[in-house]
Amino acid sequence: MSVAGIVGIAVPASGGGDEFVAPGPGNFDLPAVFSIGSIDVTKPMLQLVLAAGLVFAFLFFAARKRAMVPGRLQFAGEEAYSAVRNGMGRDIIGSHDFKPYIPYLITIFFFVLTNNLFSSIPFIQFPTFSRASMAYALAGISWLVYNSIGVRKHGLIGYLKLQCVPAGITGPMLLLLVPLEFLSNLLIRPVTLALRLFCNMFAGHLLLILFSTGGLYMLQNGTPFVQGAGIVAWILAIAISFLELLVQFLQAYVFTLLNAMYIQGALADEH
Amino acid sequence: MLSYLISLSETATEAATGAVVETEEHSPLMVEWVEVAIALIVFGILFFAIKKFVVPNFEKTFEERTTAIEGGLQAAESKQAEADAKLAELEGQLADARHEAARIREEAREQGAQIISELREQAQTEAARIVEHGKAQIEAERQQAVTSLRAEVGTLATTLAGRIVGESLDDDDRSSRVVDRFLAELEGAN
Repeated sequence: MSVAGIVGIAVPASGGGDEFVAPGPGNFDLPAVFSIGSIDVTKPMLQLVLAAGLVFAFLFFAARKRAMVPGRLQFAGEEAYSAVRNGMGRDIIGSHDFKPYIPYLITIFFFVLTNNLFSSIPFIQFPTFSRASMAYALAGISWLVYNSIGVRKHGLIGYLKLQCVPAGITGPMLLLLVPLEFLSNLLIRPVTLALRLFCNMFAGHLLLILFSTGGLYMLQNGTPFVQGAGIVAWILAIAISFLELLVQFLQAYVFTLLNAMYIQGALADEH
Repeated sequence: MLSYLISLSETATEAATGAVVETEEHSPLMVEWVEVAIALIVFGILFFAIKKFVVPNFEKTFEERTTAIEGGLQAAESKQAEADAKLAELEGQLADARHEAARIREEAREQGAQIISELREQAQTEAARIVEHGKAQIEAERQQAVTSLRAEVGTLATTLAGRIVGESLDDDDRSSRVVDRFLAELEGAN
């Protein structure tokens, strides 16, 4: 059993002394699984749907029983739900007005987490958000959500003032700070949200491909010394897999946390 | 902004593509509108499903649990108060019962004393009656003895006197008159 098999990607170098082909962005352009009309349905698209189904099934069945003394499933669901609800919703947005945003934060966290974890689940082994467009979509939603919350609460002018004019600053400093604040609070945020998620997933997966295919190539084509290095590469690939698990969770956490903070910022009365 | 970033990275990857074989490569940052659309749709559906079917259930469960715990505490408090009242009532009843018992005991003792004194009185009367009766009987017997003695003593005395005098004093009438006279004198001397 090869690590490449475990990591689950096609090995570009088919052994036998060929030139080693380093993995690249091309590894993320998966072929269509099937096509509907002119739309090619690819694996990450199916993963999105699968993740949504899994998340909903888990939460729905955990929430449905509504027992006062919860069983195992309900307990697990309540713990996970409460962690997001209290840890990110209540503690950041504030206990006064976090309630309407619970469904949004819950959806974001579990959806991103599940899609990230797909990267480490056997036979799936592909991070959905290594497709940048999907990360763009979520970041776009986040941008719309926090800005519309702010505009609805403060009005367009009030909201722009809230986001762009730092409190306690007067005079010519405003000329410098207002454009900067505008840029960072209203334009850069969605970009960083999307890129942070995408880059972490992309890079982690690339690293795993590199270590596993490189290790295989060294084992097949190297001198005994190089073969030893190949084994080390595989051991590292396993270690990196565990590191990736942490990154996958962290990225889901950070994405949700930032959403909560942006919402809090849009609701705030002052900076 | 985004498109600027994308075009930037495209030029960067184009420069690097030389090493990355002949498969046609897009920048990984390029926007694939189909993927954006699918992500939006799936996320939207998941969001509304969670909002409608998951969050209300969890929130209701939490609320119910809170009220259940609070209600439980309240119920326990009222139960406690009830138990306290019951205890006080029972203690009152116990005190009453003790009082009652003491009263009954006191009464019984009085009654006992009364009964004893009555019995004693009765016994004394009875004793007195028996003594009286005995005295009367003795008196009667004495009387009888006196009567019979009188007769017998007369007879004996006349017989004795006759023997001493030597004459018959068989004349009953006379002798009995003498005896009677003698006895009357004796009684008179008494």
